[in-house]
Amino acid sequence: MWLINSSVGRKFVMSITGACLVLFLLFHGTMNLVAIISEDGYNMICEFLGANWYALVGTAGLAFLACLHILYALILNVQNYRARGTARYAVSDRSNGVEWSSMNMLVLGFIILAGIVLHLCNFWAKMQLVEIMGEEPASGVELIKYTFSQWYYALLYIVWLFSLWFHLTHGVWSSMQTLGWSNNIWLPRIKCISNIVATLVVLMFAAVVVYFFIAGNCCGAAACAA
Amino acid sequence: MDKTINITLKVWRQAGPKAKGHFETYKLNNISTDSSFLEMLDVLNEQLISEKKEPVVFDHDCREGICGMCSLYINGHPHGPDSAVTTCQLHMRRFHDGETITVEPWRSNAFPVIKDLMVDRRAYDKIIQAGGFVSVNTGGVPDANAIPIPKKNADEAMDNASCIGCGACAAACKNGSAMLFVAAKVSQLALLPQGRVEAANRVKAMLGKMDELGFGNCTNTGACAAECPKSVPLSAIARLNREFICAKFKD
Ligand code: HEM
Ligand code: SF4
Ligand code: FES
Repeated sequence: MWLINSSVGRKFVMSITGACLVLFLLFHGTMNLVAIISEDGYNMICEFLGANWYALVGTAGLAFLACLHILYALILNVQNYRARGTARYAVSDRSNGVEWSSMNMLVLGFIILAGIVLHLCNFWAKMQLVEIMGEEPASGVELIKYTFSQWYYALLYIVWLFSLWFHLTHGVWSSMQTLGWSNNIWLPRIKCISNIVATLVVLMFAAVVVYFFIAGNCCGAAACAA
Repeated sequence: MDKTINITLKVWRQAGPKAKGHFETYKLNNISTDSSFLEMLDVLNEQLISEKKEPVVFDHDCREGICGMCSLYINGHPHGPDSAVTTCQLHMRRFHDGETITVEPWRSNAFPVIKDLMVDRRAYDKIIQAGGFVSVNTGGVPDANAIPIPKKNADEAMDNASCIGCGACAAACKNGSAMLFVAAKVSQLALLPQGRVEAANRVKAMLGKMDELGFGNCTNTGACAAECPKSVPLSAIARLNREFICAKFKD
């Protein structure tokens, strides 16, 4: 199977799974923004994407893609480590134009993974999971407010989003290059697209964290004082 | 009188493929800044021979940047700190008086050290043998203009054909990948009508050979293109991916 046996095939899987995860994040991020605009609207979305069959199929598909992405990331890195060999250069200097993030994709990936675990405990376990178990899920907006009013959660999420930004600034254009959608003219363009997509995704998520942190702390304090 | 500099060299010495290597430090005085890096190493070897010591082994041939034999990882860069030149085209004026210069062999699993600074780069030859050619029936010389080729394609094919197979791309790559080399060799033919005929088989054969020889998976870090003495562009790798993925989907 060329998707396992050939290096370009393995990269193909990496890039397709990565690109699907990016699309999911764009979707998820847009949904989150609704929480800022209208709380009722957000709770409606939560209900709509509860334990229905389509939401469950989506979740399972997503979990599969994420696992494949991580599995391939590990395989690629082990193979590349071997290909590099054990003898290392005594002096090495960064080459021009080599992005920092491109050298640290695995480390960034692990931070993202830790963030995903935290996020699943914070939200998914209390919303979709309990619904699957047949109990009443927590209210989406209340859960957001509760989580992000605590400064350490807000901080952890921001660190997580930072890593995601670095991962995606390289990841998005790298996935296009891997699929062959690049040439001398388009290479600078897809790098630019990559920065825009990464920034957009991260800003959408960060907006929710920051908004509810401020709403939960500053406004809350003002309310107390009043 | 030329300007001259005094330098200290830290050179990797290794008696053979299995021997344990180490750095040896040498002082060289009055090196002309107009001499090339390899001429400077010749001076070092003259000095070593006159001291009845074993000279440093390093690869070289044309000394004008076309054969791809010279290598050397100089101060953390393949082919030294200059961009778009080979080691043989690197001049000592790039270094300053009193500088310590570290010289290492290419280090990548597929390029084992033979002796000192010389590595075995036959892996690249094997990749070429797997498909880096166009099959022709010999006969009369065809008319040069019988097949029209757009200038843009001809230019891009030439840019890729400038690859000299030196191995700097794999040597620079943190993943030990030979993708830039394979991409250049696949591209130079894929861009021309004469090469299109066997394009799908070529890309599968060459990439298969590359994987079989234990080179790594490309993650688009781009160190290869940044260090390539012939400035083969990173977009060549996208073409290689495209050719390979399309060939696989057609199967
Ligand atoms: C929301 C989660 C994630 C998204 C959206 C994402 C997205 C991407 C994208 C688009 C790529 C580029 C693919 C390519 O180069 O062809 C990529 C590469 C990579 N990802 Fe992720 N990723 C995520 C999570 C992770 C996790 C959890 C890990 C590891 C534990 C990981 C490890 C890697 C590695 C090592 C690469 C580099 C592979 C390469 O460049 O060839 N990623 N990711
Ligand atoms: S692509 Fe550049 S660095 Fe790689 S072998 Fe060819 S000339 Fe050398
Ligand atoms: S010796 Fe021929 S390219 Fe340097």
